[in-house]
Amino acid sequence: MSEKRLDLLYTEVEQELRASVRSLLEDKSPPSAVLARVEGDQVTDTALWKELAGIGVAGLPVPEELGGAGASLRESAVVAEELGRSVAPVPFLGSAVLATAALLEAGAGDDVAALASGEAVGALAVPLATPPGAAFPEAVRAEDGALSGTVTGVVDAVAADVLVVPAAGPEGPGLYVVEAAAARVTPVVTLDLTRPLAEVAFDGSAARRVASGAAAQEALRRALVTGAALLSAEQLGVAEWALDTTVAYAKTRHQFGRPIGSFQAVKHRLADLWVAISQARAVVRSAASAAATARQDPGDAEAAREAEVNAALAQAFVSGVAVKAAEEAVQLHGGIGFTWEHPAHLFLKRAKSDSIALGTADRHRLALGRLVDLPAAGSD
Amino acid sequence: MTTAPAGASLDAPALRRRVAALVETHDPATTDQREFLAARFDAGLAWVHFPEGEGGLGAPRALQAVVDQEFERLGFVPTGREGLVIGLGMAAPTILAFGTPEQRARYLKPLYTGEEVWCQLFSEPGAGSDLAALGTRAVRDGDTWVVNGQKVWTSLAHRADFAILVTRTDPDVPKHKGMTYFVCDMSAEGVDVRPLRQLTGEAEFNEVYLTDVRIPDSQRLGAEGEGWRVAQTTLMNERVAIGGHPEPREGGLIAVAAHIWRTRPELRTPGLHDALLRLWVEAEAARLTKERLRQQLAVGQPGPEGSAAKFAFSRLNQEISGLELELLGEEGLLYDDWTFRRPEGVSLAARSPGFHYLRSKGNSIEGGTSEILRNIIAERVLGLPGEIRVDKDVAWKDLPK
Ligand SMILES: Cc1cc2nc3c(=O)[nH]c(=O)nc-3n(C[C@H](O)[C@H](O)[C@H](O)COP(=O)(O)OP(=O)(O)OC[C@H]3O[C@@H](n4cnc5c(N)ncnc54)[C@H](O)[C@@H]3O)c2cc1C
Repeated sequence: MSEKRLDLLYTEVEQELRASVRSLLEDKSPPSAVLARVEGDQVTDTALWKELAGIGVAGLPVPEELGGAGASLRESAVVAEELGRSVAPVPFLGSAVLATAALLEAGAGDDVAALASGEAVGALAVPLATPPGAAFPEAVRAEDGALSGTVTGVVDAVAADVLVVPAAGPEGPGLYVVEAAAARVTPVVTLDLTRPLAEVAFDGSAARRVASGAAAQEALRRALVTGAALLSAEQLGVAEWALDTTVAYAKTRHQFGRPIGSFQAVKHRLADLWVAISQARAVVRSAASAAATARQDPGDAEAAREAEVNAALAQAFVSGVAVKAAEEAVQLHGGIGFTWEHPAHLFLKRAKSDSIALGTADRHRLALGRLVDLPAAGSD
Repeated sequence: MTTAPAGASLDAPALRRRVAALVETHDPATTDQREFLAARFDAGLAWVHFPEGEGGLGAPRALQAVVDQEFERLGFVPTGREGLVIGLGMAAPTILAFGTPEQRARYLKPLYTGEEVWCQLFSEPGAGSDLAALGTRAVRDGDTWVVNGQKVWTSLAHRADFAILVTRTDPDVPKHKGMTYFVCDMSAEGVDVRPLRQLTGEAEFNEVYLTDVRIPDSQRLGAEGEGWRVAQTTLMNERVAIGGHPEPREGGLIAVAAHIWRTRPELRTPGLHDALLRLWVEAEAARLTKERLRQQLAVGQPGPEGSAAKFAFSRLNQEISGLELELLGEEGLLYDDWTFRRPEGVSLAARSPGFHYLRSKGNSIEGGTSEILRNIIAERVLGLPGEIRVDKDVAWKDLPK
């Protein structure tokens, strides 16, 4: 049996991790608490993030010698599912996934420890909508160890202590580390109430280069591929919440003297959703395993390619499933589903925003076309 | 024959050793296939979860994959088994569950070796999705039953030696309660098989008229009146077989469309490109889902995903084959052969794109329609309440027909 075959199941250790993350989230961040929080002025729940970091969540795929848990991206994906299921406003995607991946891929292990322990929060200074295949960003210029320029739509920058910034300069592309205090971070009003974005402006901000040239480009691309894979796990969690909540409601809500879940028009839609989510789970596990395998052996070009194919597949498939699930949840709850009071809208907003984050499904399909040799029209 | 003492631990290595021992005495390269399969049956390696002496070893079902893989690795893959799907997939598990020792001894081995072909006499003109509405009558006459009625859409009836047959034995009780299940000898007097031409031009299936067919009571499967319970066992096994081997990427019909795309750049348009990529993504998701299910079965934790596999594949096949025709443009206007004939089993690859498109329309009807499968997922997996029933407590004879 080929060793390359990916394990699509959850290990016992992964299930234990899931259980502890879920119980912490249910206890500290139920939907009602999230709803209350998004109306306050500090959306990011730093106390909850510290507690999650306390059980190792901030540094799962970080080697132990760099202050992490020495686990893999498969475990990170399980956490992402649970965070999606609870739309908890913690800087997991920005700090524990994107910034950490960029630093690890750049070989900047020393900068990772503070993020892995949860002591500090990091953010990767690219617009959240950037797909993995995008050209290296040029919005920020690097000159003489200082950065200038503005990046829009940066996830978790609001809570960040450290920024990892791709910037172009006279010596070509580079990846830089900047103290967040040296930048101007301006929060923007977002569609997704539970995931703050900010505009980040540099004006001669002091920066330290951690990678340059092709290495910087590769580190950024790989970080975005990892992000795309783990984002799909979050999307799966969002979809699962939507299905579970709607099925439960359909069993108890009565109209015309019977539960609405006994109407076939409702049943069939929920059955379709269940089928799509079962498929999404397989796709997400595959993407997480492929990402973990590629991380383990950075020199393995085939593993890197498989990680890319699987991440693009996951984004192309799961984005739509999560949006559909959240939309069905709103519709099948009727009037209550349209209220501010019911949490369904938090998941709808997260699902729709996630479908744009790190590239829309369409862009990922195009990436797949290149990766699996199904070229666009007009090319031979 | 190597026989380990009963109850010896049966793990994957032990089964691999048994396969090796069998191949040692029966070289698959020189042994006739049927003879080899008979030896494999006797060695308990046909379906390892069956009891000893009935083709199995009483081993965990999950280990079947190990055995299949091992035979394959050693170069033995039986061929020409397409016509045996009903026997292997449906009749065997039902006979195992409800058959008497005599029935199991009589039917299982020739069914496995392919010596005897089976068909399924379930559907009737008035009873399809609602199988329990069926009206083919069986009336007891001493030690035999006399059967009269009509079955329809019966695949393989023209080649079958035996059929699994559900009949109505008591019309005075509600429909689920008055049925009885039999093994029917297709060569018995009064069994009349007539081809039914389908929209592809050929005839895989038939209508079967049963006129005063006499079936000995010894061919009854399960108790009188228990036919519905027995039929449930049959239907539960009617789902996509999950093989022992992972399917490669682009393993199914998507390969055909992808091949056309790669080799015929002049056919490419932006719209078709996106449609192809969407289906490629769907096909890969379906493949990974099946692979995940396979991995679950291998560690002995079958998931409910199995009930969705057939449903997902039928939609996918229909969409891919539809795109294939559009992709081909002018060539998509052609068809290979409308001759009314009897195919030897369904071989999509050997036929034209028009056939792919037409044949796949049957996928969402045969083996339970997609609507019925959605009902099953909603009620049995998600636990949603059942339909309001108007037919539960009414005697079968009083139901509107
Ligand atoms: C290629 C092929 C091979 C077959 N081979 C065999 C065979 O070997 N042996 C055998 O016994 N049968 C066989 N069948 C028959 C098959 O099982 C039936 O056709 C099928 O169960 C549907 O029954 P029906 O044709 O009576 O359609 P109907 O049950 O009348 O259905 C008509 C439409 O109504 C829908 N419908 C019915 N009930 C409901 C409901 N409760 N909720 C929502 N929608 C509903 C159906 O989904 C369908 O769209 C075969 C069929 C095909 C196409």
